[in-house]
Amino acid sequence: MSDVCIIGAGIHPFGRTAGRSGRDQGVFAVNQALADAGIAWGDIQFAFGGSSASGAADIMVNELGLTGLPFVNVANGCATGGSSLAAARAAIASGEFEIGLAVGFDKHDRGAFDPKPAEWGLPEWYGEAGFMLTTQFFAMKLQRYMALHGISRETLGRVAEKAFRNGTLADHAWRRSPVALDTILNAPMINDPLNKYMFCSPAEGGVALILASEKKARELGVTPVRLKTASVRTRPPGSFEVFAASIDVDRGVSSSVLASRAAFEAAGIGPADIDVAQLQDTESGAEIMHMAENGFCADGEQEAWIAEGRTEIGGLLPVNTDGGCLACGEPIGASGLRQVYENVVQLRGTAGARQVPGGPKTAYSHVYGAPGISAVAILER
Amino acid sequence: MSAPAPIAAGLWTAEPRLIGGRGADGRIRFPMPEGDAASGFESVALSPTGTLWSWTIQNFEPKRPPYQGPVPFAPYMVGYVELPGEVIVAARIVDVAEPRIGMPLVLRIISFDDARSTFAFGPLS
Repeated sequence: MSDVCIIGAGIHPFGRTAGRSGRDQGVFAVNQALADAGIAWGDIQFAFGGSSASGAADIMVNELGLTGLPFVNVANGCATGGSSLAAARAAIASGEFEIGLAVGFDKHDRGAFDPKPAEWGLPEWYGEAGFMLTTQFFAMKLQRYMALHGISRETLGRVAEKAFRNGTLADHAWRRSPVALDTILNAPMINDPLNKYMFCSPAEGGVALILASEKKARELGVTPVRLKTASVRTRPPGSFEVFAASIDVDRGVSSSVLASRAAFEAAGIGPADIDVAQLQDTESGAEIMHMAENGFCADGEQEAWIAEGRTEIGGLLPVNTDGGCLACGEPIGASGLRQVYENVVQLRGTAGARQVPGGPKTAYSHVYGAPGISAVAILER
Repeated sequence: MSAPAPIAAGLWTAEPRLIGGRGADGRIRFPMPEGDAASGFESVALSPTGTLWSWTIQNFEPKRPPYQGPVPFAPYMVGYVELPGEVIVAARIVDVAEPRIGMPLVLRIISFDDARSTFAFGPLS
């Protein structure tokens, strides 16, 4: 089977943009991606896209043009972008289409998300009694992981420090100032062991990717980045996920482990073959745990990895080279596609001051969200 | 003074023990599923003792709704408690100054606000 290629990538800067709706940030990203690919909106044969809080994506045709194309709205929580990408890839791989769009955008209110128990299959008391907070899940998953695998608080701080340092080098990042390790470690606690600098915040932004068949990419004369695979998986028995009133005593793996294994198998390569990775970092501990869940190291090895700088831009496996969710914030619909955008830029060698040295050839992205859904994409050039 | 009402019906017995549901595959979940989802589940009174599986302190006030805790807000500890061989449940953790994963805990019913009670786990003694 011939490869599906990414031939255009666009991004609206993440963070806060007063006076511009989430969808308009999506349109901005689409126009940038079209220009990047050197094509017009009329060339796009289909689209998949979505947002969590900014309405239906297909309304974008008002601004982009009423070409009559099929435009499917995707609503899959934090994996909205990853699911759009997987669907767009499949549409081209099937042979039915030659060129299409995956787009995601969002604009969230300030402060933590406020999910409603009934929408998550939970009784009202769960929310009334004060359990309906994603931050509690991340903190408790991490608290146990640190105790079992010897991860220190300083390591949590170093991950956040790296995120803000990398963010200073990324035009599309929200947090563009470095934060000293001492400042990070002494910040007010949110949910032990995680403090204010260790959690990402809801934000705004938009990302668009244009996918094409290998044949179409050749016709257009662009140098493509190959999308080897895009896997989406939900939770298996015994996993520990956001919003769980109870957990099985017989422990199992996470949705991220399933998505990662499926992606590596489909791509025919392994974790040691990856040159750069974007891993879901809702909080700094998530990046650490996801290093192991995605197969890049064994549980507990992160302590040495981070102390030795192996996940820095010049390290063995650079992780979250644009500062990840910690520096970019998390507009849910766009966040997973931002990771893929960053990987496209890194593989093209156009990442400027944050460019991974040595000409990376393979890139990995992983997004995770409630209530236990993960999406992984592997790119090659 | 009348006894406070439980925050929801069907969460614990008078003893008290939490009420879980055992599915056809033998896996237990908490709380007991309701409505059509309860089909195939058998109600089971869970062990009143267990060990701390993980914990955190809720340092900021959750959004209202859904949160209905007392005003003014005071930080509270939550955790997961492993009931041996049964299930791991989310619960308030009370009277624990130095939480340690694996420490033994026992179920208690505590006051949630002026009118209602909820379940929690605290030290054995």
